[in-house]
Amino acid sequence: MKAPKPRTALAIGAAAIGLLALARSSARDAPAATGDAPGRTARRERFGRYRVVGKTVTVAKPSRAELFDFWRDFTNLPAFMENLNAVRPLSEGRWEWEIVAPGETSVTVVTEIASERAGELIAWRSVEGSRIDTEGRVAFRDAPGGRGTQVELVVAYVPPAGQAGVAIAKLLQREPAQQARRDLRRFKALMETGEIPTSDNRIETEKA
Amino acid sequence: MRALTYHGKKDVRVDTHPDPGIVNPRDAIIKITATAICGSDLHLYDGVIPGLMAGDILGHEFMGEVVETGPGSTLKKGQRVVVPFTISCGSCFFCEKQQYSACDNSNPVEKREMSETLYGQPMSGLFGYSHMTGGYPGGQAEYVRVPFSDVGPIVIENDDLEDEKVLFLSDILPTGWMAAENAAIEGGDTVAVWGAGPVGLFAAQSAKVMNAERVIVIDHHPHRLELAKGLGCETLNFREVDVREALLEMTGGIGPDAVIDAVGMEAHGFAIDNMLDVAKQTVGIGADRASALKQALLACRKGGRVSIPGVYGGMTDKFPLGALMEKGLKIGTGQTHVQRFTHLLLGLIEEGKIDTTFLISHRLPLEEAPDGYYNFRNYQNEWTKVVLKPGT
Ligand SMILES: NC(=O)c1ccc[n+]([C@@H]2O[C@H](COP(=O)([O-])OP(=O)(O)OC[C@H]3O[C@@H](n4cnc5c(N)ncnc54)[C@H](O)[C@@H]3O)[C@@H](O)[C@H]2O)c1
Ligand SMILES: [Zn+2]
Ligand SMILES: [Zn+2]
Repeated sequence: MKAPKPRTALAIGAAAIGLLALARSSARDAPAATGDAPGRTARRERFGRYRVVGKTVTVAKPSRAELFDFWRDFTNLPAFMENLNAVRPLSEGRWEWEIVAPGETSVTVVTEIASERAGELIAWRSVEGSRIDTEGRVAFRDAPGGRGTQVELVVAYVPPAGQAGVAIAKLLQREPAQQARRDLRRFKALMETGEIPTSDNRIETEKA
Repeated sequence: MRALTYHGKKDVRVDTHPDPGIVNPRDAIIKITATAICGSDLHLYDGVIPGLMAGDILGHEFMGEVVETGPGSTLKKGQRVVVPFTISCGSCFFCEKQQYSACDNSNPVEKREMSETLYGQPMSGLFGYSHMTGGYPGGQAEYVRVPFSDVGPIVIENDDLEDEKVLFLSDILPTGWMAAENAAIEGGDTVAVWGAGPVGLFAAQSAKVMNAERVIVIDHHPHRLELAKGLGCETLNFREVDVREALLEMTGGIGPDAVIDAVGMEAHGFAIDNMLDVAKQTVGIGADRASALKQALLACRKGGRVSIPGVYGGMTDKFPLGALMEKGLKIGTGQTHVQRFTHLLLGLIEEGKIDTTFLISHRLPLEEAPDGYYNFRNYQNEWTKVVLKPGT
């Protein structure tokens, strides 16, 4: 393995993927603390420079392959991810994420696929020079008892330091854990029911 | 449209709101012809259920005519439907198991987290109830938006069945039925029911249909107890007798085989723990008043069954856990899985095995709904069930 160069995408990616692995199974440094529980359920939130948030839901239908395919087309993500305006494919397997940011119209992050196993796992990470240093991973596995698919979303990000833009700081302070949890549950609802439930009594018509 | 609107504790008014429209593909819009006030609405009226906001439209027992459908609805314009108060997607793990009030999807993601904090898991969406259960606008209104309209509403094909015969399929009839099912009644059983309100009376009637040998109904309102007598039940007035002692004597020293708490979190009574709970509810530190349930647990025979259709929202103090454990009681409870029972019960209504109209004491236009709330709360003896008729 290459010697890590600080702040390069590769190094950060590798480091954070390690963190995601840590978040997934029991932590190397603290196996006794979590037993079989995911490391991120430990009563701490930070893994090195990274903060890790995540959630698991069980989706009854459609099939694991269909769930995977829906997610793998990142242009579908804004349908259930509240703070995404759009995701656009770029060349070389890169994607441009347009994220709603308070105080600014949007923040753009370019990601690349960090790893992928058909029907099982998609991991992405921000490329070098991004305004937000983040990566995410979604894993799909069969739920026991024929209950469908367990879908686990884990997101790691570096909380902005002093020099980061105010908008980004605000964005990341908007409870990323809550965001991840709610996005994943909207994904489940959309997949199981074909819609995202709301108690709104009418579609708000935009003011002319 | 006009709709009964929550303004604050004991303050509801009929206000004008924008008409609802189709929002999601599986929605339908219903023009309401009949809607009722429920004991659960009184918990909201009294401000003991958290998560209600000024401006919310109440009402979860309603029926009417389909006037608009989304592309994913299976309903047709002009159909007459009764709508369950539980909103259920029909396709999640829980709906597949017919545990409709546990639906995993119908409570909007951003609304459900309060109930998750309180209960460990989020509950389904309900019409016209707390924002913990989705904050869905209710049906004490001229129109209502019904999500997942391909799953919940039951179509009434038979025009000879007037609204008042089928309206209660929306809640209290299935609730009484599920309460009796949860009592797991066996031949020869004596069943005791606390509360001669709509839920208690329907539970008592259902217990009879399920072949309970004796049903004993407990309340303090003489007229409500008369209605129970009319169903062939025995009655006890808790202001006049020591309930546990009376039940023991009436069952030859054994105690009832099953007990049903159809009272819920606003139990009346003067036991000391209840008075303390009243005080706590009044100053807003919210312990549920559970005096009927506590009494039921003590009265139930060893190895008996406890069914709790009465609603509780939070914590309660001084719970007789020892009676529950030592006697090996079995508990069944929950918001009703309405959709599971509607077809069966419609059949029993058509066969004349179940009557629902005996319960209705008052019929009011929607505009008089605030009086309906006031009287249903304060004159329970005579006001046994209020049906509101929008458009009259
Ligand atoms: N599980 C569900 O899905 C569901 C559905 C509907 C209603 N409910 C609940 O069922 C309960 C009853 O509803 P309702 O519409 O019949 O209400 P209601 O207020 O009309 O009736 C309650 C009755 O209980 C009596 N009561 C009060 N304290 C008592 C005591 N200590 N012992 C015996 N009787 C006592 C009252 O006098 C009254 O007649 C409420 O808690 C309501 O929220 C539950
Ligand atoms: Zn009700
Ligand atoms: Zn469901």
